[in-house]
Amino acid sequence: MAGRRSYASWLKFAVLTVFLVLFIAPFVFLLLNSFKENNAITSNPMALPAGLDFANYKVAIDKMGYLTAFWNTLAITTASVLLISLFAAMTAHYFVRNPTRGNQYTFLIMVASMIIPFQAIMIPLVKIYGSLGMLNNKGSLIYMYLGFGSSLAVFIYHGFVKSIPAELEEAAMIDGCTRTQTFFRIVFPVLTPTTATIAILNVLWIWNDFLLPSLILVNPEQRTLPLSTYNFYGTYTVDYGPLMAGLVLTILPIIVVYLFGQKYIIQGVMQGSIK
Amino acid sequence: MIAEKGAWNRLRTRLLFTGPTLLAFLTVMIVPFAYGIYLTFTNWDGIATTHTLVGWRNYGEVFRDRVFWKSFGLTLKYVLFSVVLINGIAFLLAYALTRGLRGQSVFRAGFFVPNLVGGIVLGFIWQFIFSKVLVYVGTKADIPILGASWLADPDKAFWSLVIVTVWQYAGYMMVIFIAGLMNVPGDILEAASIDGARGWTTLRKMILPLMVPSFIVTIFLSLQRCFMVYDVNLSLTKGGPFKSTEFVSMHVYEKAFLSRDYGVGQAEAFVLFLLVAAITLLQVYFSKKLEVEA
Repeated sequence: MAGRRSYASWLKFAVLTVFLVLFIAPFVFLLLNSFKENNAITSNPMALPAGLDFANYKVAIDKMGYLTAFWNTLAITTASVLLISLFAAMTAHYFVRNPTRGNQYTFLIMVASMIIPFQAIMIPLVKIYGSLGMLNNKGSLIYMYLGFGSSLAVFIYHGFVKSIPAELEEAAMIDGCTRTQTFFRIVFPVLTPTTATIAILNVLWIWNDFLLPSLILVNPEQRTLPLSTYNFYGTYTVDYGPLMAGLVLTILPIIVVYLFGQKYIIQGVMQGSIK
Repeated sequence: MIAEKGAWNRLRTRLLFTGPTLLAFLTVMIVPFAYGIYLTFTNWDGIATTHTLVGWRNYGEVFRDRVFWKSFGLTLKYVLFSVVLINGIAFLLAYALTRGLRGQSVFRAGFFVPNLVGGIVLGFIWQFIFSKVLVYVGTKADIPILGASWLADPDKAFWSLVIVTVWQYAGYMMVIFIAGLMNVPGDILEAASIDGARGWTTLRKMILPLMVPSFIVTIFLSLQRCFMVYDVNLSLTKGGPFKSTEFVSMHVYEKAFLSRDYGVGQAEAFVLFLLVAAITLLQVYFSKKLEVEA
């Protein structure tokens, strides 16, 4: 019995391993070919590279404006995520502690709005912000991320704020804290695990987003990583080596973060889905 | 309820706590959404500063736009296969990876990896896999089905989009299923096994009914994401070959921003929103009826 069981679990382990290898294989081929010359890639895309040749990477960093795109993406993602977390937590807190009819309806409208896909909004969005002269500006993009991201964030925070006992805040206010101080000293620290969840979900979305920035940011100097990858691919289709290197460079930052924080990232996705 | 003294203080707190969020939400979501509905009744071309009201004409155009409906039908087929495969594979993975297998956290982390990367990049990676790596394997090992690039054939290009989508989202939905499976109470499974329920019966009669809430979430998310797919569509096939894999999101984009037919484009976007909202809400409504209490 014990032998049969371990045999079955060994089989399951083997099947899962094969499946995982197939799952990861595209990334492995990408990495291998990023070190090869175009001829070597086309003659045998499965062969190992002759050596660690970073020539393709030099071309890619140069031609796709990698560093600029990296800093743009980092700035936009960081600013948007900070603003979404802070403002959504404040709003959710206010809604929970002041459950007037108006606030409850506003909350319901925010929840319901999550069903509206971006494609239903993009055309008027471009028209409105275009006529205000607010396109091609990182600040506008960050503001839009706050608008698009706040519904889900308020929704998730709302569920967790409800579990904080109001007595905790009343005690702080009796001791002389203002409402704002209470929020920043008591409530926001207690919400840290939720903030981590929201930050993770939003980083995964904003870092990789393509359609919205492609409509807002037109100048090459403003481009984010997904945009510069797309443009690089469009203008540089003949030579596979630099293209592969460019893709590796685009993936690299988030993979590095994942290697250190994968436990938290997976937990964040779990928490975000339960609510 | 916590309240400050005086109307001015109350207003200040309200503005501070809800002002930024509500202003952004209102001006980025609600106003464009409402203005978009208005735009569907105009003939705006994207450049002119003026436009005139044309009544229901744009909606008439939408129903006559054969390409739109063809592309909607194609998207529907794509959504159907993708959603079923994503959820099936994700559930099997989650089920296999919540039973104390050796190294299961490594497996979980590995299957999640495609979700770290945006659709544009994933599409480009697979474009290389389909057009170079698989063709190489096909010619060397003499496998006729891989002999030519899948992306050059309309039918196979469709399936390559399904494959990439399933690969992209299976790991994400797996994580949601794992969260659900970990909440299935151990004592009722123990009770079932004492009563003689074996693996398959336990799965079908106990676990699946208790997992309905997770399925509601994963099906909702996969439906919405697949219907609105744009990135992977753009970078993997660009709608080709010969516009044969142009999904509805890409069609709306082209109608508005490339053909400069904003009124009709927005009307199509709005019709699409209504259809997708109806489908996802019906799914949630009917799945809720399957929910059971543990």
